Order: sequence, then C-alpha cells, then structure tokens
Amino acid sequence: MNNVDAFIAALPGIGRGILVTLELTLGGAVFAFLIALALGLATRSRLLLVRGATRIVIEFFRGTSLLVQLFWLFYVLPLLGIRLDSLFCGILALALNYGAYGAEVVRGGISAVSIGQFEASRALNFTSWQRMRRVIFPQAWAQMVPPFTNLLIQLLKGTALATFILLHDLNFFINELRRSTGDTLFAYGIGLVIYFVIAYLLTLGMNAVEVRAKNRIAAGPTLREVMGLKPPKARSQIDQTPRSRMTGVIS
Amino acid sequence: MTDLWSWDRAFQAVPVLLEGFQITLLATALGMVVAAILGLAIAISRRSQFRIIRWPVGAMNEFIRQTPLVVQLVFAYYLFTSISPLQIGITVIGIHYATYMSEVYRAGIDGVAPGQWEATRALSMGPVRTWRAVILPQAIRSTLPALGNYAVSMFKETPFLFAISVVEMVTAAQQFGAQHFQYIEAITLAGLIFLIASYPTSLLIRKLETRLAY
Repeated sequence: MNNVDAFIAALPGIGRGILVTLELTLGGAVFAFLIALALGLATRSRLLLVRGATRIVIEFFRGTSLLVQLFWLFYVLPLLGIRLDSLFCGILALALNYGAYGAEVVRGGISAVSIGQFEASRALNFTSWQRMRRVIFPQAWAQMVPPFTNLLIQLLKGTALATFILLHDLNFFINELRRSTGDTLFAYGIGLVIYFVIAYLLTLGMNAVEVRAKNRIAAGPTLREVMGLKPPKARSQIDQTPRSRMTGVIS
Repeated sequence: MTDLWSWDRAFQAVPVLLEGFQITLLATALGMVVAAILGLAIAISRRSQFRIIRWPVGAMNEFIRQTPLVVQLVFAYYLFTSISPLQIGITVIGIHYATYMSEVYRAGIDGVAPGQWEATRALSMGPVRTWRAVILPQAIRSTLPALGNYAVSMFKETPFLFAISVVEMVTAAQQFGAQHFQYIEAITLAGLIFLIASYPTSLLIRKLETRLAY
C-alpha cells in the first residue's frame, strides 16, 4: 500500500512532468516540421549554392549527436552571451536534430511524386507555388506521413534527455518517485507505461492524419469510413487503380 | 572575448575525448552484436506457429521500441546494481536496437519469395535447415544497409550512457568542461568527432545500398 500512497502523493508532480514532456514533444515537432519543410524544399533548389549549404546543414545536425547539441545549446551558448530558457533550449535541440532528419523525408516524398505531375502542372500553366501547393505537396504528403510518425515517436523518446538540462519532465518525476518509494521496478514500470501510452496516442493521431492525407488524393477511404462500424463498401475497380496519377490536376 | 576559445584547452581536451571515444566505439560495436543477434531471434520467434510465443514477444517488442532509451537505461542501472554500468549500457542499448532490427529482419524475411518456402517443404527440409540454408541467406542480404544505418544511429545514441555514469566521449567532454570551467572546446570537439566519424560511414552505407539493390 505504501507504493500506492507514494504514487498518489506524486501524482501532481507526474502530471506537471507529463505536461513538460508534451510541451517538448509538440513544440519540438512543430519547429522540426517547419525546419524539415524549409530544408527539404531547399535541397531541390536550382542554385548549387543553396543546395550545397542545405546539405551541409542537414548533415551537420544529423551527424552530431542529439545530446551533444543539447549540451552545446545549454552549456556553450551562454558563453557566447545567449542565454536560452531551458525549455526553449530543449525544444530547439529537438527541432534542429529531428528537423534535419525530417528534411530527408520531405525530399524523398517530393521526389517520389511522378514526373508527369510536374509536367502536367506546367502544361496547365500553374505557377510554381500553385504546382507545389495544389498538385505536388498533397501527393508527397501522403508519402511523408508514415516516416514522420516514426520520427515523432523518436522525438518523444528524445525528450527524456531534457532531465539533463535540469528540466522537470516526466523522466525527472519518475526518478523522484523511485526515490520516495525506493522501488525501482514500480516507479520505472509506471513511467515507461506512461511514455508508451503517450507514444500510442500520438501514433493513433498520426494514423488518422495518414488516412486523411490518402483520402485527399483519392487513394483511400475517408476518416469517417475508417472509424465507422459499418463494414467498408466494396470499392469499384476504378478506385483501386493508383489514382495518384490522375489527381491534383482535377481539384 | 579573446579567451572564449583557447587552443591550449582544446589540445588538452583531445586525449580525454579520445579515451572516451574508445568506450563509445566499444559500446557501439558490442551493442550492435547484441542487437543483430537478438533482433533476428525476435523476428524469427514472431513468426512462430505458437501464439504463446508470438504474442508476448510482439508485445514486449512494441513496448521497448516505443519507450525512451534513456529511461530504460536508468531503470536497468538502478535495478541491477551489481553489474557494471558499461555492461548494463551495452545490453540495454543492444536490446533497444534489437527491436528496431527485428522490423528490418521481418521485412527481409517477408521479401523472400513464397516459392522458396514451398520448395523447402517439397524437399522436406526441417525448420532449422529451412531457415539456415534457404531463408536467412536471402533475407539478410537485403538487411545489410539498414544494419549499417542503425549502427550509425546507435553510435550517435551512445552519449545516452551519460545517464548511467559511463564515461564515454560526451560524458568525458562534460566532465572536462566542468573541471576547467569552460565547456566550449570539449563539447564542440566531441560534436565534431561524432560528425567526422559518422558522416563517412553513412556515405559508405549509401554506396553499399546502391550496390546491393537488385
């Protein structure tokens, strides 16, 4: 019973820890996504200088370890006169690291769109913005979601490092619980389960995003059909052909 | 501002870092051995005909894959106090990556043509011979680049051993910084060493990937 009491006493702390972990995860993910988009698109630039610089940035943030980047932002930046808030430090390190990984996903997703789509939008006199926004990106997006889901889970797991830059995240409070109960198995068992549940919920959310992305390019059922209890309608033969070749231009 | 970066201190830091780097390499190499073997065992047992094997292995696999490595490291560190931190670190990292590797092996095994399975049955081969002589040689070939990629990413995650007081390169850098009240040289150099070691390796793997693609 002692463990349960200690757990109840620790609940407010764990709640705050989960909040910090979620802030890191979502903040990191949003910025990482923006960085990934910017870098991923820049790798396709016509200018050699832009392409080269982007490559260097991507390889730099992929090649140096996440913990090194975190420590660098936390210990070294203040020496250069820039003192960042711990939370922002964590979000920034996660965003830079996973943004660089995400850039490869964006690049891969766009190059997986068939060349005919580019030609068709040119033939229809789309501007390059319209081409990207209306034709290429929706198709690339459907390809990008599954690898992004993996990266998001990686990012969530990476947030546990925040304890080492003195943030009070979930990992920190698990350790506190271990100290107060003296029961490692209990404290870390609960902690790992909480992480697992968060990861599971994120995966579910991303699966919904994937269904929507596929439906938008007419390559899958709507989210409502997937979530509904009714057995799926048998799809006609036409629906099963890879529609990616004919979509985009229509909308 | 002039004493922000001191070459003196940088040169002092290098031997300390390289000493830590040996631990980093050791952990990566041994961790990868654990991951490669255990990952294969997981992949094969997830194809077992018995649900009682398939189900728990699958559940454990998912659980370990979806929870943070750092937390697992600290967990094992407090749980097994009699084992040295480095051994714990290598084992936990190995197990964590085994769950990634098992997915890679699974894809490789699924990629073996069904005719191969039927052929082994037609030749009445036993399960051991089926796996050893027919399925695995074909499956493993296509998993080699992924194995390399995970080795690189494991290499970059060995600094997590910091959490359980194993003095690998980043821990060494951090300690060096704390002793000299100046973090900039040691941590920057540690990052550069990672970059110098991991970038050529990933280029090599990309080459291997195109070479093995058929």
